[in-house]
Amino acid sequence: MARLLEFTLNGRDRADAVADNILLLDYLREKAGLTGTKTGCDGGECGACTVLIDDQPTLSCLTLTATVQGRRVDTIESLGTDGQLSAVQRGFHEKLGSQCGYCTPGFIMASTGLLRKNPNPSEAEILEALGSNICRCTGYVKIIEAVKYAAVLNAQGVAP
Amino acid sequence: MNKIVPAHNIGGYVPMIDGPEKVSGRAKYTADILEPGQLAGRIYRSPYSHGEIVEVDVSEARKLPGVRAIVTGADCGKTFGVLPIARSEHPLARDKVRYRGEPVAAVAADDDAIAREAIRRIKFKVRKLPAYYTAKDALAPGAVQLHEKKPGNLERDVLFELGSTAQGFGEADLVREGTYNCAEVCQNQMEMHAAVAEYDAVRDRMTVHASTQVPYYVHLMLSQILGMEMSRIRVIKPHVGGGFGCRTETLAIELIAALLARQANATVRLVTTREETFITHRGRPETDIKLKIGMRKDGRITAVECDCDQRGGAHSGYGVVTILYAGSMLYAIYDLHNVKYTGRRVLTNTPPCGAFRGHGTVDIRFAFESLVDEMAAELGLDPFAVRRANLLTAPTFTDNDLMVNSYGLPECMDWVEKESGWSERKGKLAKCNGVRKGLGMACSHYISGASKPVNWTGEPHATVKIKLDFDGSIVVLSGAADIGQGSTTILAQTVAEVLGLDLARVRVVTGDSEVVPKDNGSYSSRVTFMVGNAALDAARNLKSVLVNAAARKLEARPEDIECLGELYRAGAQDKGATFDEVVTEALKDSGTITVTGNYSTIPESHGGKKYRGSAIGGTMGYSYSAQVVEVSIDEETGVVTVDKVWVAHDCGKALNRLTVEGQVQGSVWMGMGQAMSEEAAYHDGLMVTANMLDYRVPTIQDSPPIEVGIVESNDPHGPFGAKEAGEGSLAAFLPALTNAIADATGIRFNDLPVTPDRVFEAIEKRKRALEKKKGSG
Repeated sequence: MARLLEFTLNGRDRADAVADNILLLDYLREKAGLTGTKTGCDGGECGACTVLIDDQPTLSCLTLTATVQGRRVDTIESLGTDGQLSAVQRGFHEKLGSQCGYCTPGFIMASTGLLRKNPNPSEAEILEALGSNICRCTGYVKIIEAVKYAAVLNAQGVAP
Repeated sequence: MNKIVPAHNIGGYVPMIDGPEKVSGRAKYTADILEPGQLAGRIYRSPYSHGEIVEVDVSEARKLPGVRAIVTGADCGKTFGVLPIARSEHPLARDKVRYRGEPVAAVAADDDAIAREAIRRIKFKVRKLPAYYTAKDALAPGAVQLHEKKPGNLERDVLFELGSTAQGFGEADLVREGTYNCAEVCQNQMEMHAAVAEYDAVRDRMTVHASTQVPYYVHLMLSQILGMEMSRIRVIKPHVGGGFGCRTETLAIELIAALLARQANATVRLVTTREETFITHRGRPETDIKLKIGMRKDGRITAVECDCDQRGGAHSGYGVVTILYAGSMLYAIYDLHNVKYTGRRVLTNTPPCGAFRGHGTVDIRFAFESLVDEMAAELGLDPFAVRRANLLTAPTFTDNDLMVNSYGLPECMDWVEKESGWSERKGKLAKCNGVRKGLGMACSHYISGASKPVNWTGEPHATVKIKLDFDGSIVVLSGAADIGQGSTTILAQTVAEVLGLDLARVRVVTGDSEVVPKDNGSYSSRVTFMVGNAALDAARNLKSVLVNAAARKLEARPEDIECLGELYRAGAQDKGATFDEVVTEALKDSGTITVTGNYSTIPESHGGKKYRGSAIGGTMGYSYSAQVVEVSIDEETGVVTVDKVWVAHDCGKALNRLTVEGQVQGSVWMGMGQAMSEEAAYHDGLMVTANMLDYRVPTIQDSPPIEVGIVESNDPHGPFGAKEAGEGSLAAFLPALTNAIADATGIRFNDLPVTPDRVFEAIEKRKRALEKKKGSG
């Protein structure tokens, strides 16, 4: 059954008739056209589909769209303002936290969620925040550097 | 006045030029091509390991409203495969199925739900045959043949002896043997397999978007399977979410999508699940190795005998090449003579294996570096010293005719020895509170592209075009497939460097057969070397056009023209002409300027003729790597923690230090996954690890700091001296880890992966043995 869903997607109010059984991941990609959020596994294994729901990193592949009623959903497409990359995006780009780029939106959203809550995370806090995201290219070394650098940029006034 | 100098683009830390797309979600991968009217594709896969096909009944599926096409083996009698000598695979099984997961039928429907329901309605009957899940069972006398033309289920056997092992072992002070088993591992790249095929019935043209490392091979196989002229086919490679070798051959999915699209006269989007991606993985085969080494007291190796069996899976794929690499790449790292190699590539009822990062070299290197370490300990030699006793002197040719021109292995060893504090710390690390620490080292190497491409046509090995027009932007056209390794960035840097221009002036167009020159693809770490050299040639040709135009404009001789990137001038006193003015002048001759650059390998690099298949291993330049791994082992739980890795990689010349570091760290880490946790496990031929929870790749919390030292041996043939950086550092991690565990515990692990349960069991076994000894003593 479909019902009316009202929520905020990337800062814009949105009202849509949404089937009860559609996953947020599929809704974002197939209905909203936001293909930045990636499908990397058969459900809950890899973190590639991470989005923010009320600033909390969440696996959109394990979230029914109907549950975001009245909430705020932010995807990778929401980041960066005035033509500038966000601090986390710059970190991943400039420090090579992204190679093939497929896991990158998930990592960036998880990192953004972390920095919005904790602008100055320790290395242990970074590892914990990114513990459920898999990257197959980098060995994570430069991902850790990217998040640390993003925290520095954030402290200098660049939005996370 | 500001001094004008050419921009420098080589040797620094340069972020990837396609990075902004990747970090903003704008980079489009194949599965992101979602358009109205597309049909959804799904594949019906064999639930049987081995059987003769009795019936594929799709009648009930066809009745379902919204089903637009169904294809089975009956729709395509042609075969495909990456090696011209081994094209034995059907896109959809015909006559027989040979592994659980083999495609049998496929459906295109209005949406995914209908496609899934149609798949459920397919009835498949087989006459079951005995199935073989190990190389040993498949080779057993009387085993049913998987393929008619492959008696004994032997895909390929390799045998060579160069020098005399009998004499070599006779000269040894110590001869030791070891047996090793490495589990099958999967690439498990983050992007699942995907293809979007668009058939234009009016023009009889096919466009396929493929998530591939080898668009040209996909083009060839589409033509063969569809029976369409190549000129009617267009292959587009969007962004690719990693490959690590699984996409270095045409996959059934690309062919099936095209067959469906043609039957439906429509566009079909076929995206596999993670489970399907696993069971069609084309990874590294399970390998059993018997190795025997003879050594003198001073560490000099006098003879090597190596037997290698690979469980290749149900189809050939790259198999013949893999078993040849395993033998040929015993060489070109140390000065070896008197080597005997016996390799067997076996056909089994498991998914076909293929080319996985470090193709063919990794498991053999694990065995070799393990046994050398063990023997060094027995002779009281330091692990570094024993390797230093066996170094090559470049330039040289190995006994199997491999050409080695640059050889930075000694410097790699020096770097990791120093940085890890080896001489002060080895054997002196604390062992307390049930935690034992240890240090281990090992070396490895890899090719910078196979000197002879798989499909030998006589063309140059690589071709790059550059277009320059009224807008003054440099457009590099290349078929090289960037799969995340950064090849597009390297090409841009190379061209910008030659022209002395800022990187921002250069754009790179790749991945569309309609526009870019043919390229053999991204495999065997060939792109920086081969395509980089072609880009270098193209850029020099363009520069020559510009210098001639500048000479005309400035009324000077071309040889007097100085190119400063944004300014061309005839001597320091000359005001000169700006780049834009020179371009305008050059365009007067020809209109839009296009130049071509080529690169061909030299015959000396093609390997010799001493045994059948000896071209495999031939390359223009070998990369070298040395590693030190520090571990902690919890004796109570068997958990091994890698505390730190020091790795030095000889990449000839680091064109981009940032991406070299990234490639080396990624390689080391992927080696760590294979060494410690990754294993494709089967139950009656069904892969039971076909998800990312059971197939354990290390998480960020399991992963160590990896310190990278870059060694630059300046290869005489490499572009600016560069060699490969993306594969050579993988293999050394495996033995460096087990050598470190042996250092910490005295226990040697010859079977991979070294999981906590294996470690725990070995520690307990030793404890029991010690207690028994105490009790009886």
